[in-house]
Amino acid sequence: MDTQSSHLSKAEAIAEMPAPRSLPFRVLSILAQSPVGVAGSLIVTVVVVLAFIGPVISPHDPQGRNIRGRFQPPGYADSVGSYILGNDQLGRDILSRIIAGSRVSVLVGVVSVLISGTIGVIYGLISGFVGGIVDNVLMRIVDGLLAIPFIILVIAISGVVGAGLSTLILILGFTGWITYARVIRGEVLKVREMEYVIAAYALGQSRRKVMLIHILPNVVSSAIVLAAVQVGVTILAESSLSFLGLGVKPPTVTWGLMLSDGRQYINSAWWMTAFPGIAITITVLGVVFLGDWLRDFLDPNVRGRA
Amino acid sequence: MRGFLISRLIQLVVTMFIVSVVVFLILRLSGDPVMVVAPDFFSQEQIDQMRKFWGFDRPLGEQYITFITKAISGDFGTSYLKKLPAMEVVLNRLGNTWILAAASAAIGITVAVPLGVLSALKRNSLLDLIITSMSSLGTAMPSFWLGLMLIIIFSVHLRILPAFGAHEPKALIMPSITLGVGMAARLSRMTRSAMLEVLNQDYVRTAHSKGLMHNTVVMRHALRNALIPIVTVFGLQLGWLLGGSVVVESVFSWPGLGRLMIESISVRDNTVVQAGLLWIALSFILINYAIDVIYIILDPRIKFQ
Repeated sequence: MDTQSSHLSKAEAIAEMPAPRSLPFRVLSILAQSPVGVAGSLIVTVVVVLAFIGPVISPHDPQGRNIRGRFQPPGYADSVGSYILGNDQLGRDILSRIIAGSRVSVLVGVVSVLISGTIGVIYGLISGFVGGIVDNVLMRIVDGLLAIPFIILVIAISGVVGAGLSTLILILGFTGWITYARVIRGEVLKVREMEYVIAAYALGQSRRKVMLIHILPNVVSSAIVLAAVQVGVTILAESSLSFLGLGVKPPTVTWGLMLSDGRQYINSAWWMTAFPGIAITITVLGVVFLGDWLRDFLDPNVRGRA
Repeated sequence: MRGFLISRLIQLVVTMFIVSVVVFLILRLSGDPVMVVAPDFFSQEQIDQMRKFWGFDRPLGEQYITFITKAISGDFGTSYLKKLPAMEVVLNRLGNTWILAAASAAIGITVAVPLGVLSALKRNSLLDLIITSMSSLGTAMPSFWLGLMLIIIFSVHLRILPAFGAHEPKALIMPSITLGVGMAARLSRMTRSAMLEVLNQDYVRTAHSKGLMHNTVVMRHALRNALIPIVTVFGLQLGWLLGGSVVVESVFSWPGLGRLMIESISVRDNTVVQAGLLWIALSFILINYAIDVIYIILDPRIKFQ
């Protein structure tokens, strides 16, 4: 070490330190170091903004029909206006419908993941913390539910219960928690044995306090990473279900329903199928990227490894 | 080892029991199953009769016991649409789903393992970037959409592959590629991280430093050990494969269990839905049991608890 620096007074040393940055700034500067993180958050931001301000910037009414413009390919224009991505079987603008569809994807993705994440974290927390026979029973239930592939479970339930946007959100929310339960339980088991938890007990804290103050905050980062993955899974599930006619019903515009229309005219109008699928792919890709980055960011142990 | 297999077998039975309860409850979620299928013109008396005929007037627990005892002996009721035993209807289709799943899994593994290994060996290179990006893309893409795009390219425009059915071997190509791509995307990601983990191990460094050929180290020392997590993930991804097949079978009108499920759900042919769900779960559980056994063969270090 340079001998000079030891002569610096405390005040000088503090003055030489970079000014403390606000949290959003720090997050942004870390984000800027990762191309994947930048791409992911950019895509997700665009989709969310579209979902909110869609009607304002949408070139046409997503329900507006143009009889002359039916089945017109991308780049079509007439006296009514121009249609960059072409028109569907009723002459409705594909671009405007894709913008309108973002609303359902964002809504379904966010709300069902909030529901499933909350249930999953509570379930995993109880299972891991209480342990013993309760843990055993809870985990066997999870095993049983995991044996039925997620999408099949959702299809079966929505087939029985009936379809619709709000029903679908609830169904996805009340089935998606299964993914979290086991991971969170595993994390709880790990954290439970940590020295600071044992210390908290030694200091006489109640079990409930230990669970909520010392254990819960330490499993939240895993839950956030999982939630990002689940948003993608949920968006894909919604589009599959709507495509099969078991999810959201017209006239609500969703990407899955657009694909279901596109499939009927697959021989003549490829653009009806191509563009909504690209919208889904880009959106989910954004979510996946953001999830990857979050995992690296929140868990320094795995940073750069996977 | 025997003790381990037996304890896993007991766990398997317990899981199947829970699956049966879940499946039984799902089909009761609609409330009264009789009201769903009974025509509007039925009188209250006729509805009561129907309810009694199917045993829906009994307590839920009793209904479950009747259901499960019959199911164990292979009686899942009669499909009211096809007028055949539900089990027969399901088993007729199960074979086609397994053909599709096996072909997709084969494509997935053949593509994913070499790419994943390559990606890990050339870590942070351009090649790695391309492979990992393709893998993310494959994960994000809805598989049924990929299927539709393949139909547009190969059936509508090039006219070289059939868009639907299972009448000729060529019909298997597109559905299995559709699912295989998704499978490959998921597996290559896992292969890469498993390989990276193993390549950092001391024994790989030792193997290198005692002068073994690079390829020998990669194949014999690294890949063999990396296979363990890969096999596990493969088993879990089979769930994704079975789920994806439900939608993809509908796209290609592939006469498998998935399409049968969709058809039966929309006409509320509940006995078939029940039998189908149980068979899908059973296949999934059995395969993962088989994987546990493979696991032991691959890794003699694993202690049987």
